[in-house]
Amino acid sequence: MTLVITPWFGKVKIEDYIGAGGYQGARKALFMAPDEIIEEVKRSNLRGRGGAGFPTGIKWSFVPKDSPKEKYLCINADEGEPGTFKDKYIMREAPHLLIEGAIIASWAVGINTAYIYIRGEYGKVALILEKAIEEAYAKGFLGKNIFGTDFSLDIFVHRGAGAYICGEETALIESLEGKRGQPRIRPPFPATYGLYGCPTVVNNVETLANLPAIIKNGGEWFASLGVGKSGGTKLFAVSGHVKRPGLYELPMGTSLKTLIYDYAGGIRGNHRLKGVIPGGSSSPILKPEEIEVPLDYESLAQAGSMLGSGAVIVLDETACMAKVLQVITRFYAHESCGQCTPCRQGTAWMARIAERIVRGMGREGDVDLLMDIARSMMGKTICPLADAAAMPVIAICEKYREELEEHIRERKCPVERE
Amino acid sequence: MKEISPEAKEKIEDLLKRYPVRRSALLEVLHIVQQEWGYIDEEGEEAVASLLGLEPVQLHEVVSFYSMYERRPAGRHIIRVCRNLSCTLMGAEPIITYLKKKLKVEEGETTEDGKFTLETAECLGACELAPVMQIDGEFYGNLTPEKIDEILERIK
Ligand SMILES: Cc1cc2nc3c(=O)[nH]c(=O)nc-3n(C[C@H](O)[C@H](O)[C@H](O)COP(=O)(O)O)c2cc1C
Ligand code: SF4
Ligand code: FES
Repeated sequence: MTLVITPWFGKVKIEDYIGAGGYQGARKALFMAPDEIIEEVKRSNLRGRGGAGFPTGIKWSFVPKDSPKEKYLCINADEGEPGTFKDKYIMREAPHLLIEGAIIASWAVGINTAYIYIRGEYGKVALILEKAIEEAYAKGFLGKNIFGTDFSLDIFVHRGAGAYICGEETALIESLEGKRGQPRIRPPFPATYGLYGCPTVVNNVETLANLPAIIKNGGEWFASLGVGKSGGTKLFAVSGHVKRPGLYELPMGTSLKTLIYDYAGGIRGNHRLKGVIPGGSSSPILKPEEIEVPLDYESLAQAGSMLGSGAVIVLDETACMAKVLQVITRFYAHESCGQCTPCRQGTAWMARIAERIVRGMGREGDVDLLMDIARSMMGKTICPLADAAAMPVIAICEKYREELEEHIRERKCPVERE
Repeated sequence: MKEISPEAKEKIEDLLKRYPVRRSALLEVLHIVQQEWGYIDEEGEEAVASLLGLEPVQLHEVVSFYSMYERRPAGRHIIRVCRNLSCTLMGAEPIITYLKKKLKVEEGETTEDGKFTLETAECLGACELAPVMQIDGEFYGNLTPEKIDEILERIK
């Protein structure tokens, strides 16, 4: 099996990274025309790994070529979607893979300044990145005249301060400008009006880490590792009730069942599987009979869920679904930036209802009420956080309705907890 | 009035070179100031505002938005224990209860000896180690009461 990212893990020092063939992709890229790189990335079917899965080459081509303004790259290392921890591994285990990817993206789009917006809780990882950036400057891979060309690039690490919403690209930009992280109304999109009102590309860490291999081996090669419109491999962060939680890299299209049973060791103890959240806490849950689904963007969408960030959360029979609802709704209520009424009020209301169900004070009709609130929040807000809060609620209410009703009726948890 | 130390100011001057707009350095500057003073209250907001040429109200908006800035004197060590989904599935609730009992504090409070402040956090990006807490930025995972005893013992 060909892997793209994890084989680099452990090559933290620049010498080790170069020794294994590192920075060859960037070197090759800098002697290609920017448009040629964008075409190669389009052919690769690389799609954004931050959650939305937007084709990377197409996103880059939206940036105006003739703008007199500076252009910026914002590297999204905010990694806040519950269940997700993949970007941490890339930055900690192979920081140069990210730097090399950033060089390629910046050259392709005509960018000379990049900021890595890293969540504040990853302070130790930020230090590793800063060290790696220093090493790259010392080698002449960053700064002026990279690889002896006319191209210059500066990369800076910028720490966030604990706000999930800053992972949303326009909130990230606001935050990077030194403001509250409140999403902007689109259009205009960051490609034309981003950081400081300049054309800006926002890309996830894992997205960029794929670029060196795409340039070295070609877009078609990368596309062929995956399936359909989902090129390459994907990092899956598996947590919850499995024997071996951790990070696994697999080709797009591998079945969710294979990931859980062959890689993550299956369900812990002698428990039975109850459900799987396949792409971070905002992705709709799948029932045990649905886990044959291939892990790629189209297949999961067809199954009514999302590949999202690739964070797989596994629940066994000991999980109380009312509790799961409570944790999820509390999170989104806590993280709503409050700009849009349906989001601010809807998330808070759902959290109150879920909490009263858990405490044995649920009322008849609460499950329908939750679904009504969730549905009324969708598609009406400035950013997708409201939808992200609503989708998992609807799925849990539909798929585990009986258990929730029993919890309400009996005024206690029907699930035997350990 | 408290002063930002010359060393911190030097670090801040360095930071300002990274951005075409001074205000952009704000989150990083606040991290530096918090490291020095332990927290950012109104006085801290004013000091940073004047340093960056901003209005105090602009500072207040930002400081109150982000959860990692302490508004009041906190303990010497900040414990952030995750309460999100993967950690809850793996037993975060009894862990949080244990920490509260052991430290004799509620969420957001500081121990009597000023050593620890206990906070709950949303997913810390370390779900493979659930249940998880962070102390001064260091991750501690697969927590059990015994492990917590050991960890807290080691921190001076
Ligand atoms: C509420 C919310 C939170 C998000 N959090 C993150 C995040 O932590 N990391 C990330 O890369 N993308 C996150 N995104 C997606 C970004 O808005 C954006 O789509 C992404 O950074 C684009 O990069 P990509 O095309 O390389 O995936 C979030 C989106 C929303 C709506
Ligand atoms: S949907 Fe929610 S988080 Fe997004 S902008 Fe509106 S209030 Fe803020
Ligand atoms: S859910 Fe606790 S670290 Fe992710």
